[in-house]
Order: sequence, then structure tokens, then C-alpha cells
Amino acid sequence: MRNEKVISKQEYRPEVISKKSAFRFSRSSLCIPYGLFLALFVVLPLLLIVFYAFTDQSGAISFDNFIRFFTSATTLTTVIISILIALATTVICIILAYPVAYILARSNLNKGGTLLMLFIMPMWINFVLRAMAMKDLLTLIGVFGFNNYVNVVIGMVYDYLPFMVLPIYTVLIKMDKSYIEASMDLGANPVRTFTKVTFPLSMPGIASGITMVFMPTMTCYVISDTFGNGLITIIGKLIDEQFTTFQNWNFGSAMAMVLLVIMLVSMWVTGGFKSDDARGTNL
Amino acid sequence: MADQRKDNTVKKDKIIEIVNLTREFEDGVVAVDDISFYVRKGEFITFLGPSGCGKTTTLRMIAGFDKPTKGKILLNGEDISYLPPNKRPINTVFQRYALFPHLNVYDNIAFGLKLKKVKVTYEDKEGKRFEKIEKLSKAEISSKVEKALKMVDLEGFEKRSVSTLSGGQQQRVAIARAIVNEPKILLLDEPLGALDLKMRKDMQLELKEMHKKLGITFIYVTHDQEEALTMSDTIVVMKDGVIQQIGTPTDIYNEPKNSFVADFIGESNIFSGTIVGDKKVRFINHNFDCVDEFKINEKVDVVVRPEDVTLLDAGEGQVDGKIISSIFKGVHYEMVMRVGKAEIVIQDTIERKVGETVSLLIKPNDIHIMAKEFSSNKYDGYITKRNTVCFGDGEFECDVTQLYPGSILDEEGYLITAEGERIDLTDVDVEVEVGLKDIEISDDADKGGAIGNIVSMIYKVDHYQLIVRTDENEEDFVFDTEDTWNENDRVSVIIPKEKIKLSLKQEIKR
Repeated sequence: MRNEKVISKQEYRPEVISKKSAFRFSRSSLCIPYGLFLALFVVLPLLLIVFYAFTDQSGAISFDNFIRFFTSATTLTTVIISILIALATTVICIILAYPVAYILARSNLNKGGTLLMLFIMPMWINFVLRAMAMKDLLTLIGVFGFNNYVNVVIGMVYDYLPFMVLPIYTVLIKMDKSYIEASMDLGANPVRTFTKVTFPLSMPGIASGITMVFMPTMTCYVISDTFGNGLITIIGKLIDEQFTTFQNWNFGSAMAMVLLVIMLVSMWVTGGFKSDDARGTNL
Repeated sequence: MADQRKDNTVKKDKIIEIVNLTREFEDGVVAVDDISFYVRKGEFITFLGPSGCGKTTTLRMIAGFDKPTKGKILLNGEDISYLPPNKRPINTVFQRYALFPHLNVYDNIAFGLKLKKVKVTYEDKEGKRFEKIEKLSKAEISSKVEKALKMVDLEGFEKRSVSTLSGGQQQRVAIARAIVNEPKILLLDEPLGALDLKMRKDMQLELKEMHKKLGITFIYVTHDQEEALTMSDTIVVMKDGVIQQIGTPTDIYNEPKNSFVADFIGESNIFSGTIVGDKKVRFINHNFDCVDEFKINEKVDVVVRPEDVTLLDAGEGQVDGKIISSIFKGVHYEMVMRVGKAEIVIQDTIERKVGETVSLLIKPNDIHIMAKEFSSNKYDGYITKRNTVCFGDGEFECDVTQLYPGSILDEEGYLITAEGERIDLTDVDVEVEVGLKDIEISDDADKGGAIGNIVSMIYKVDHYQLIVRTDENEEDFVFDTEDTWNENDRVSVIIPKEKIKLSLKQEIKR
């Protein structure tokens, strides 16, 4: 009997919490600063771009900017050149970065991440300076100058290589060694093991490398200006000119929107690999 | 260590022979220490031991993922120690399956088959025979995969992605992927570790069944003694990279070679006993008849399985004691009986109430005696005012600063810790450990810290192992020496100050 009494006493709860405090801190409250930031610096500017793109300079709604974009030979060639330069850069980056990442991930040379550090360290220096220095260096050893397109691609590859190395390296270093052992165990020699297991399993790293190289290279006109001797125009340069030289924000916004669509398409293409194996390989 | 199995199998029956295999890692850890044994063709052999005992390293060396530092692995008499894994007719089921996540069930299983090349003999128009090395045809691969899937009960799963499978199904795919290649030996590295209990039990029986059906040699690694006992033809018990015992499950359970094996396999009561006569052993203050023959006065470990102890009414058995706990375990009651200081676990179907005085009876056949294996002497001791340590009926100089890293002694004999605290160690209880090679003895009674008689002297190939027993509490000092002494010599025990290892029994209250 005594016990029952004790229990009933514990169950009895006076209504202390009748007045809720105005703000209760919970874990989801931590989202608020990020949400504000997102609204202010991502959503709002995006809406502004959409607004400018679909209006003319007087503020009236019109599709002129897009019509102008898709009928002008200059803008269309610039887009195609941008895509081609970005494609070339990405492909060369993959070819150069994969072996580097593989050696870094597999060999004992990279004990303590020293070698990897050497690859990432150039990223700490301002890239405009880096680009200029690289240009001078290339001129000095005489590889520079025979073709402006080639020069731009060299510059882009130089600048964006670490962005390809890192994600591939991350995938390779995280890869469970037992997959390789299983492959060897089932009779595959080292070459077969690479082509049938290691390489397919590192696709997510390559995919995120592509997104990190392909998209920025379409707009990085600092490199194209420096390495192209001012003769190569890519889409980023075109947008910049509209905003600064011609003060035509509406046409510039329309071009930015077209670029956005191209990027979404390229993301959708590379994202196809990632959905296969949704491991956190993005840096 | 040589293979300890009783029967002498003909040499051609050995599919794998391991000779003095040693694996020392770069950091100096010796994972496998000079082991030798063989595996018979078609046998189900299990490496059993606690984690870090070297069982997985041994398996990895057989698979080819790891190379031995010393020694050889022979497959049908051929040295394969340095052959890469893809050239060995051996397949592995990995601990966490290692199924390729980018391939579906079918492609996972077909992985090995697609790489396989076979010799096909053709006959041309003129009747000349010629051989061609060819890959398996798609139809052949497909029928083999179907067969393997049927074997593991996963028909219809071909197109499924491996990540959508449950743990048990992944396990089956891993087994199918290995057996489809028709290896001579199948290695299984704790394959059931990730499954729940019920699933594990089912898979144990299925694997056993599969082993019978396929007729290939299974080498299995586990730390689960029950699993090993259920499935194996032969068990290899390992500890610290060394084989403790090789035998059939029955042998290992009923006649453990040492106290480690006894303790690891099944539940057991392990007593410290002394041989007191011909087939007589004394423990828990009673002389029991036994069947093993040992030298008189030898210190032994006595193992008695809980189910081998019979409980009788007080006074009717060999030793009386009191029941101090009783738990119902389904089939039997698990009871603990106290006799003096010893607590004995007993399993019986008849319950005895807690507090009841009962008598136990152990049949001579159920008393398993094994030679005591000393690695070091351990004593309970305490620190004196002079910062010496008392143990084993004696007093020895010691270094008390080892109790606290970085501490020093001040002039008054207090210990100053690295944090600057001042501690009085007087009467603090400590555990004392002295290695077998760290004890010396002398005729001069005043030279050492304790005095006793030499009660045993065993010749061990290149040295003697001596036991000096003190008078008062019969404390034993066991040590190795190259000098010759005589039994019953009265000697004093000398232990160098730096060889006495101390550890605190409990934190000192400050």
C-alpha cells in the first residue's frame, strides 16, 4: 500500500508549465542564421537576376534579352568556345589528376599527407598572381604563345587541377581495401582489379571533380584574359562586360540565367554517377 | 610448435601445410609466431582465439593478402607463400562481405567466372587435337551463377543491387561469389559476425551442410567457441600468435591442453592444485582421485566443467560447501557454491536453494589436469614505511616511483607526483609482478628478501625451472636458472630492485 502511494505521488504533476516561454531553444533553431543568410544572399539575388533578365532597361517585362542572346552570333560562339574550353580543361584534368591521386592515396610516399599538401598549397596563393607567374614561367621556357586557345586551356588546367585531385584522392583513400582484396581473390590481376573495381568505384570522386572544374572554367575569365592575351572571350567575360562596360544589367542577367541552365544540365549529367553510390565524396 | 594431432595422416592427404610461419608487422608486433600445422583435404578446420591472437593474419597469409616474414605455406606440397592471391586456387568470404557495390548480385557472383580461363580441347578436320585457352561462354557463366544462387537459396535475386540486400542475404551472395569458382579451399573470415543470433545459428548449419555437399576444404576463423565446436572437424586454438591446441571439438572440450584453452572453450572452473600422490590431486582442501599422471608435488591447473559437478546432500560427497547463488537458465540451474575461498560454478537440473549446505562430487574422469604455465610470478603485497615492498613472506627493495609516472621521492620518503601532490605510500596495497628470469637465489640467508626451500626443479631443455616455497604461507617463487641446485636446499630469494613491477590495487584516497 505504501508503495502505491509513492507512485501516485510521483505521477501527480502540478501544472507548472502552463505559460510557455515566447522562445524555446531547440536544435532546429540553429538553422535560423543559415536560413537568413540563404534568403538574403542566395534567394534574393537569384530573384533579382530573374527580374532583370525578363525586363528591359525601362523596367517593362520583355523577352528581348533572350532573343538577343540566341540570335547574336558573337554570344553563341562565345558560349560554344566556353563549353569547349571547359570540356578540354576537364578532360585533361581527369587524365592528369587520376594518376596523381592514385599515387598519393596508395604509395607510402604520402605518409602524413605531405605530398598532398604540396599539391594543395598553390591554392593558398592568390590565383591572379599565380596565373601571371605561370604565364611568365611558360613564356620563359618557351611553351607559351603558339595558340591562344591552347594557352587558355593550359592556364585553366594549371589552376583547377587540385580541384580534380582532391575529390578523387578522397574517394581512393576512403575505399575499403577489402574490395581490392576480393577482386584479387577472385582471380583478377592488378590491371583487371583497377579497371573492374578501383576505377568504377572512384567514379563518384571523378563526378564531383568534374562539377568542381567544368563549371568554374566556363566563367573564369581572369585566366582566359591572362593566358589568351586578351583575344579569347568566354561567357564569364561577356557577362562582366554587360555589367561594367555597357551598364546593361538586363542583358547581363539573361546571360547569367542561360549559364545557370547550362550548369544545371551539366550537374544533372554528372549527378547520374553519384546517385549510384551516394557516398559523401563531395568536399 | 609441431602439429599435435594424434593420428598420422598420410602425406598426400594434406592440402595445406604450414611450416614455421611467422608474421612480424613493421611496428614490431609479432602477429603469428612460428606456427606449424596442416589441413587435411576436405576438412572443416577452424582457427579459434580471442581478437589479436593471429588467426585472421594466418588466414590472410593463406589467401595471399599478407606475406609471411618467415616460414612457408605449402599447397599440395608446393610453396605458395609468395604467390599473389589471384594465382591461388583459394577463395575467401570476407568478414564484411566486400561485395562490389557497383555491381548487381549476378555480376558480383560472375566476377570470378568472367576472368577464368579454361583449356578446351578441339579436334580439327584431320582428327588432330589441339588445345585452346578460352574464356567461359556467357551461357556457361550464367548456368554456374544460377547453380550457386540456388545453393544459397537466393534464386531470382540476380538483378538486385547488393546494397538493397539484408545482412543475411549479402552473406549468402558473398558465399555464392566464392564457391562459384570451385576453389580447392574456401576461407571464411568470421563470416557470421555481423548477423544476429538466430540467423547465425541457421547459417552455421547451412554452412556445415554446404561443406558436406561441396566436399571442398573449409578454413574458418572465429572467436566464437560455440560456433567452432558446432561446425568444425578440427579446431586450432590460438593465443598471442601461438597455437595452444589442435584437435577435434571433443578433444578440445574434454581434454584442454592448458588453462587458457579450458577457459576459452566453454565454461569451466579452474583451480590451482598440487599433485599429492599417484593419480591424486589436492585442491579445495581435498585430495581427489584423478586419471592423469603427474609428478608428485607438481603445481597444476585443475579444470572441472560446471556440468561435471554432481551435488549431493551435505556430508554425502567429497567436499561440503554452501550455495551462494542460483539462476534458472532454461535447461538447467546455474549455481555457485562456496568452499572456503573458492567459488565453484555448477550446472544441474535439480535446484538447490541459496544458503543450503551441499556436498559436491567430481568423478576422476571429469577432473582435467594440466601443467601450470608460468609467465610471471604475481603476488599481493603492500608498501612499508621505508618504501620497500612486502610480499611472498619477505621484504624487498623496490622503486615506488613507478606507481605514478613522472613522480619522485622527497627526503622524508614521501612521493611527489608529476602534478606536485605529496603522497604517503605506507600500507598501500599493491600487486607485485616478477618475471621468471628476474629471480636469483643464494645460500646466504641474509642476502635475499625471503627464505624458502627448493621444492621443485624441472629441467626444461636448456635451463631449470625452480620453485622456492616459503615456510609461513607457502608462497612460491618460480624462476628459470641455468645453475644446478638441489631439491630441498634452503635458499634466500634475491630480486633486483628494478625488476619488481608494482601496480596499485586501487587509487589512493588523498
